[in-house]
This record gives sequence, structure tokens and C-alpha cells, in this order.
Amino acid sequence: MVQLFGDFHQNPIESEEYLRLGFSPSSIPLKLRWRNNGLSADFLADYLTAFFPANEDENTNNRHAEIKCAVGYIANELLENAMKFNDETIHYPISIQLYLYNDRIIFCVTNSISPLAVEKFQAYLQELIHSDPQELYINQLEHNAQDDHGKTSGLGLLSMINDYMATLGWKFETVKKDPEVIAVTTMAQLTV
Amino acid sequence: MAEIKAIQTDDYHISYDNETTTISCKGALRLSGMDEYEPIVHLFNEVADMKLPLIYFDLKELKFLNSSGINVLSKFVIRVRQKKTVDMVLQGSNKIPWQGKSLKNLQRLMPTLTLELE
Repeated sequence: MVQLFGDFHQNPIESEEYLRLGFSPSSIPLKLRWRNNGLSADFLADYLTAFFPANEDENTNNRHAEIKCAVGYIANELLENAMKFNDETIHYPISIQLYLYNDRIIFCVTNSISPLAVEKFQAYLQELIHSDPQELYINQLEHNAQDDHGKTSGLGLLSMINDYMATLGWKFETVKKDPEVIAVTTMAQLTV
Repeated sequence: MAEIKAIQTDDYHISYDNETTTISCKGALRLSGMDEYEPIVHLFNEVADMKLPLIYFDLKELKFLNSSGINVLSKFVIRVRQKKTVDMVLQGSNKIPWQGKSLKNLQRLMPTLTLELE
């Protein structure tokens, strides 16, 4: 079964420029592999800058720096989420794919999710899709300030929407039955 | 005598200088959640609770901040706002693109905050 939320394109237009990184999530503990998120995000951002070469023009250089920063931020947040919410009880790889087009960059990150966590996550996505993201973001910051024991900030997706104007979509797919394995793909589109 | 509290790793450097009442954050902050940010939160809370008339919050060399880090900075700004008598100057850099995008949110949380982007 496949369920879609938000702005998700099942079959993105073929891009000849793409990059895919895969991780085996259970090979080393999360704490030790956390650093890998930042390294991978920096690598993806650096890699992409080859397609937006810098030159003498200051405007182009600013755009170049903006794209690099946005790709680094979004890739890092998507990977952090994938590592955090990945179902540790099964062996399912985490992957990030980056597609490059003339006018946009598409990120697709896939990870498994515990079947028990799906309902809560989908309810959150419905709220995210149907709310004013700016208002939700500020409310979340105020809420977090009152909560000294919160483990997660709930700001990753909201900051991509508000600060980077990213459009987001999700696909939930049952990839295996008995035991049930559900994969979730988050698609983030960044206009460049 | 300036008393400086500092937290330093290979990735970042956080310090508070009591002579200039300045907190500086440098490097890349992408720790894995609120537990890992705890020592930094502790330093920020201590400074907020001093009820200084003015705090400079210098992020000019903070090259990267993840969303958990945004949360930590926001909590600090709200804590300072709640003191009601503490002014804050947030110093950032236009050369670091995320700052132009994300620091304005801190000003929304504390409208009296002065944002200086150089």
C-alpha cells in the first residue's frame, strides 16, 4: 500500500545529474554515526557547487553561497530525521538522492519507520500541510521554551519550509509483510 | 579581570566574556539532540539569569546550525525576553547565508532584540 502526503511526485522527471548515498543504519550506534550526517550533507553541498560555478560576478557568487548553504542545511536535516526515526529493529537501508534540474534541486530521503509510529507522524504531517507554517514555527519555538524535557525540537521540516521555501512531500509504502516493514520517503524541492 | 567561560570541541567554540558581556558561538553546531546540547544550554541559562542590562550574542562566525541548535538559541532568546529588563544585541554576518534566513525568527520571538548583520 502506498500513501502520499503533501507535494510528492511519484515519478520525478528523469534527471541526468543525480547522486545517491546509502547507509546501513544498524552497523554502528547512532551516536557514533551522527557525524556522518554533517559530513554527507557538506559533501552533497560541495558536490553541487560544481554545477553552479563561481565567477567574478558578485551576484552569482552570492547565489552560489546561498545554494550551497541551503543544500547543506536541508540534506543534514533530512538525514538527521532519517537516522532518528528509522526503525532500528529491522535492517533497511537509509538513502539520500539528490536530483539536479535547471530550476530546482530535489532531495529524496528514504528510511524505514516503525509501524507503531506511522499514525502519529501522519497526523503531524496533516497538521503541517494544513497550517500556516510561519505561525506553526513560532508556536513550536514558544512551546519548546516551556518544555525542558523535550528530546526533539520539531523544527527541522518547519525550518526548511519557512527559511528555505522548500516544498515537501512524503510517500509511505509497505515494502514487506510479516514482519511489516514500512518505508517513508521525504521529498524536498528547492527552487534555485 | 575578564572571566571567560568556554566550551570547545573540534567543531565549535562557545564562550562568555563577562567584561564585554558577550556570548560568542563559532564553528558548526549540529549535535544530535537536546541531551548533547545540555552543556551549552547550561552556559546560556547562566548568562540569562545574571540579569545583565545588555547581552551581546555574537554569531558572526557560526557557520552552521542544525534545527536542534535553532531550538537552543530560541530558548535562550525567550529566557532573556522573560527577564524583561535585559536588552540583547544579536550580531550576525551576511556572508553566512543561513543567518540572513533564520536569525529574523529570533527577532520575532523578542521584538526588542537588535539584529546587526554585517
